[in-house]
Amino acid sequence: MSIFQIAWKSLSQRSLASFLTGLSVALGVMLMVAVMILYGVIASTFQQSSIGYDLVVGPKGSPLQLVLSSIYRVSPPIENLPFRFYKDLQKDPRVEQAIPIALGDTTEEGSFPIVGTVPEYFSIPFANNREFAVRGTFLRKPFDAVIGAKVAATNGWKEGSQFRMIHGGADTGHVHDEKFTVVGILAPTGTPNDRSVFVNLDGFYQIQGHDKPFDEAIKREREFYGLAPLDPEVLAEEVRKLEKRYGGHDHHNHAPGEEHFHDVPMIQKEVTAILVTTKTLMAAGLMEGEFKKGFKAQATNPIRPMNQLLTDILGNIRVLLMVLTGLIIVVSGVGIFVSIYSSLQERRREIAIMRALGARRETIFGIIITESLLLCLGGGVAGLILGHLLVLAAAPVVTARTGILINGFAFQAMEWLLLPALAILGVIVGYIPAVSAYRTDVASNLNPS
Amino acid sequence: MSLILNQIRKAYVTPTGAEQVILDIPAFSLDQGEQVALVGTSGSGKTTLLNVAAGITTPDSGTVTVGGVEITRMLEPVRDRFRSERIGYVFQTFNLLGAFTALENVLLGMSFSSQPANRHLAIELLGRVGLGDRLHYRPSQLSVGQQQRVSVARALAKTPRLLLADEPTANVDGPNQQAILELMQTTCRENNVTLLLVTHTSEVASQFSRVERLANFNQAATSTSTPYSMGVN
Repeated sequence: MSIFQIAWKSLSQRSLASFLTGLSVALGVMLMVAVMILYGVIASTFQQSSIGYDLVVGPKGSPLQLVLSSIYRVSPPIENLPFRFYKDLQKDPRVEQAIPIALGDTTEEGSFPIVGTVPEYFSIPFANNREFAVRGTFLRKPFDAVIGAKVAATNGWKEGSQFRMIHGGADTGHVHDEKFTVVGILAPTGTPNDRSVFVNLDGFYQIQGHDKPFDEAIKREREFYGLAPLDPEVLAEEVRKLEKRYGGHDHHNHAPGEEHFHDVPMIQKEVTAILVTTKTLMAAGLMEGEFKKGFKAQATNPIRPMNQLLTDILGNIRVLLMVLTGLIIVVSGVGIFVSIYSSLQERRREIAIMRALGARRETIFGIIITESLLLCLGGGVAGLILGHLLVLAAAPVVTARTGILINGFAFQAMEWLLLPALAILGVIVGYIPAVSAYRTDVASNLNPS
Repeated sequence: MSLILNQIRKAYVTPTGAEQVILDIPAFSLDQGEQVALVGTSGSGKTTLLNVAAGITTPDSGTVTVGGVEITRMLEPVRDRFRSERIGYVFQTFNLLGAFTALENVLLGMSFSSQPANRHLAIELLGRVGLGDRLHYRPSQLSVGQQQRVSVARALAKTPRLLLADEPTANVDGPNQQAILELMQTTCRENNVTLLLVTHTSEVASQFSRVERLANFNQAATSTSTPYSMGVN
């Protein structure tokens, strides 16, 4: 019989105690695995959804807020940029594509964020090599809307469904009269796109309040470009000229909900951010540096602030959780130590018999260490399986609530370290009992006490 | 394989701190293939003598030579290996492991030598002690006599050159007692194995051509009683 078989037999003899100590290890490992997988999913989700763009350009302010608002849509936008700025950026020879987005409104039903954008938004992969897929069509007409999978599931919207939006978020309570029509439903992406509603930017500007009054638009644009404010008379003259050119427009001449279209002058348009892909990575770096020097806007690599967030905040939470679950495993290890050590007293005779049969002290030492290893590694393997099963069971709930797609079978690199770490723990907690067994006197323990 | 005990002395310290000499044997020996019954009263040091002969207990002084090899000079791991390969031991209290079946107990006896455990031999020996249909019974499922028979099979399974048996028939009924005795004697005879068997039963001792009374050669023996009247060679 091998040392393994003998150790297994000894554990089987104390099956309940062995099961419970192994289970305690399994539960600790299960929690640790769940933490690792969920953190991995969160990290990859944050990085994946922003990987399609090289730069996010927005008003000066916090880069993290810019990324959170424009990519993840979980933070209010900083401010707006003039539409002219977007057009200028588009002409930059280093830029491959510049996608404007306008944020701030939400759906009346479900409070999902509205993203005013251009049809080209869907031509850029939402993650590495992952293209958008849609049931229906992408944006074509001004009042078309494409909705994310979670929006469709939550609101029960289908192609042809119509909806209205609340201005500036649900707090203001002002519901725009204009209605958008759903023309496409995106396949699930596991990104914030799933809970976003995309409307054509042309239609977005048609909504009352989204085109700034001429005087305010002139003031904001001059302020943005760092130009001195105009004298009141000059400003009034400028406004008059624009009104004459564009003829003015009054939304109140239309019936509520009526779809109508008119050309909005560039000066009245603003965008919240611009998602940029550059022709080369070096160009992205150069542009980011140039924007830092200027005072108008900022450009940031969308991955960097998220990595900082993950490292500085989520990373610390993860470390805390890992330490806690690690402590659970260590406590389980102490349980193994207590279990084996206390059982030794009643096993002295058993050990003495094996020694009398010719087992060397080292063999006895090996049997006890093997028992400890079996409990640690057996519990560890069970914990790995349970951890993945836990994530599998939780995945539908998490996906339904957050839109984040979770793969319960995803294997984190750190999981490879778990079993060697548990093996070391097994040797450590088994060492003292093994030494005690090693020292068992044969003659005095051979006869029943 | 011969057994020679020379100037063996073994003493224990009592709880009162006094030294109690258990063995004080100037000389005692068995020739290769010889079968000897050792008799003595309770507490006379029979089990200690077997433990010393097996290398389980180290004497305070003196030498133990088994098959020409002085085991008292061996390092402990070497002595353990020597015992696992050359010496069989049938314990008075059977000393079976409760978690193991009868077959596993026998296999365990073979597991600590350099040779791989011979499952076929283990099954055959259990059959010869009448336990062929109890291979997978645990000790708690066997009677006292059956447990002792497993213990005998375990000692014989590793084909020892010296077999030490501590009252192997003490808990076995008449017919089984005879069967066990015959099995040990026959196996030892066939394989030229030296047998030293401790007993307090005259029926058992009478089946040996050489019977030694411990009190006769152990100067530390305190026994004054002589339970058997038999010829001592």
